[in-house]
Amino acid sequence: MHHRWLFISQLVFTLLVCAFLIVPVILSALAGVTQNFFFGLKSGLTLRWIGEVWTLYADTIYLSLLIAIANLAVTLIIGVPAAYVLARQGGKLARFIEEIIVLPVAVPGLAIALALIITYGGFRDFRTSWVFILVGHVLYTLPFMVRSVLAVLSSMNFREMEEGASSLGASFWQRFYTVVVPNAKSGILAGSLMVVTLSVGEFNLTWMLHTPLTKTLPVGLADSYASMRLEVASAYTLVFFVMIIPLLVAMQLLSRENRQIRKTKQDSLPELEQLDLRKSHT
Amino acid sequence: MVQSEYPKLFLLILPAAIIFVAFFIVPMANLVAVGATGEDGMAAYLSVFNTPRQFESMVATVLLSLGVTAVALTISTITGLFLVRNRFWGRETLISLLTFPLAFPGVVIGFLVILLAGRQGLIGSISNAITGDKLVFAYSMAGLFIGYLYFSIPRVILTVMAAAEKLDPALEEAARSLGASPWPVIRDVILPALKPGLIASGAISFATSMGAFGTAFTLATNIDVLPMTIYTEFTLNANIAGAASLSIVLGLVTWLALFIARNLSGSTIAPSG
Repeated sequence: MHHRWLFISQLVFTLLVCAFLIVPVILSALAGVTQNFFFGLKSGLTLRWIGEVWTLYADTIYLSLLIAIANLAVTLIIGVPAAYVLARQGGKLARFIEEIIVLPVAVPGLAIALALIITYGGFRDFRTSWVFILVGHVLYTLPFMVRSVLAVLSSMNFREMEEGASSLGASFWQRFYTVVVPNAKSGILAGSLMVVTLSVGEFNLTWMLHTPLTKTLPVGLADSYASMRLEVASAYTLVFFVMIIPLLVAMQLLSRENRQIRKTKQDSLPELEQLDLRKSHT
Repeated sequence: MVQSEYPKLFLLILPAAIIFVAFFIVPMANLVAVGATGEDGMAAYLSVFNTPRQFESMVATVLLSLGVTAVALTISTITGLFLVRNRFWGRETLISLLTFPLAFPGVVIGFLVILLAGRQGLIGSISNAITGDKLVFAYSMAGLFIGYLYFSIPRVILTVMAAAEKLDPALEEAARSLGASPWPVIRDVILPALKPGLIASGAISFATSMGAFGTAFTLATNIDVLPMTIYTEFTLNANIAGAASLSIVLGLVTWLALFIARNLSGSTIAPSG
């Protein structure tokens, strides 16, 4: 009897915590499709606010998508090879480089943005283009890609596979593309999902790096929170949620799958300290 | 064979290295240098301690972050342990819901706090219905506290759960079979074994709170938390050296918190005795 009571009280507590996290999201979604939030749902549902968001802020949505895709391309092209080199090299030097690469996650975005502005703000064309924002996003998301790929590579014996391939005559580059990359697929996929999610939602760096002509979605959100009526701000937030939640669901499904693979493998390799969304800035 | 591959490995890591050095190492070094170009020179790095406004902002931010961390640890330990130690219908969904907010930017979290505790907020309308008094606290320290708690709880829960999954059930059973009642088992067996995980997640919560800009930006136009102070110094007061030195100090604090926690939690990972 005592156990049952303990279970129920803990369950109620957990549900309350969950409500604290989820109720505001539901409120925001509802406010975005309600005629008048002050009078509640009985004032009727509407897509008017979503339409208004589209006319006011469609360009921020496009820019965010553009930056997210460009950012994914860059982090893939420079991050995956870097992770491979670090996994192969091992030892103190690799640990040190890894430590440095992760610094942009440990340092607040505000500091990185200030550093970029102070150093490159004078190059007008660069400063006013979206590429300036992209640079910030690449720095901030690169560690997530590198760590994600590195974790997968360190958990398997890719050197042995490579040696097999090399004894069959595969060159260095052939091995990289046909042995290493395919085997690191789950890490690359997980890293890609994180990188895109983080880029679409990045605010701290972007707010400092943007110009009136290069506004991303979160910048537009901040703008609407400050100057628009609650319904428009909510509708805009709803658009953001619709963009980001499929990515989050995919991420959770993938990590569940990976966990099962790891369980069946039962490898005793030391676990790398994880770098996931827990460490992201807010 | 291995020797001859070094140039190729070097070539593979070169693009990342160039981008990283050009856009992170050089600008950060520059930031440190610019931080010392104000009237006070290198002493600017001490201005956090001898400029009353900056000092107050530092103390407020540290206290807020510590408070949030303590509350988040308490709530998340209860929830995380419960979710790891029980299997029931809907558990997976509950875990998913608790982890979704991880990817919400701070600005959005600020807005969610407005919907909860703002002028048209849920809490206000409930309190209005009950007591006739509209409770509005979104734009105060209390609002910030709620917002920071919002982004800290998922971070801490996940870390606590990961640590709790590694607990050895045999230890607990041994304690119980020796006659220990639930509370001493938690206090003497479970919590000590969770300690590395709690330290690690506490550090994440503290560091995230210290550096949180988005939430403060939405809510706290007139509350001086450190990221807002840096922002005002830079944009309104055009005090670039001051903003630079303050952000270096802030960066050091958050980095140090994460660094210390990682080393502490790493060395005590084996629950012995």
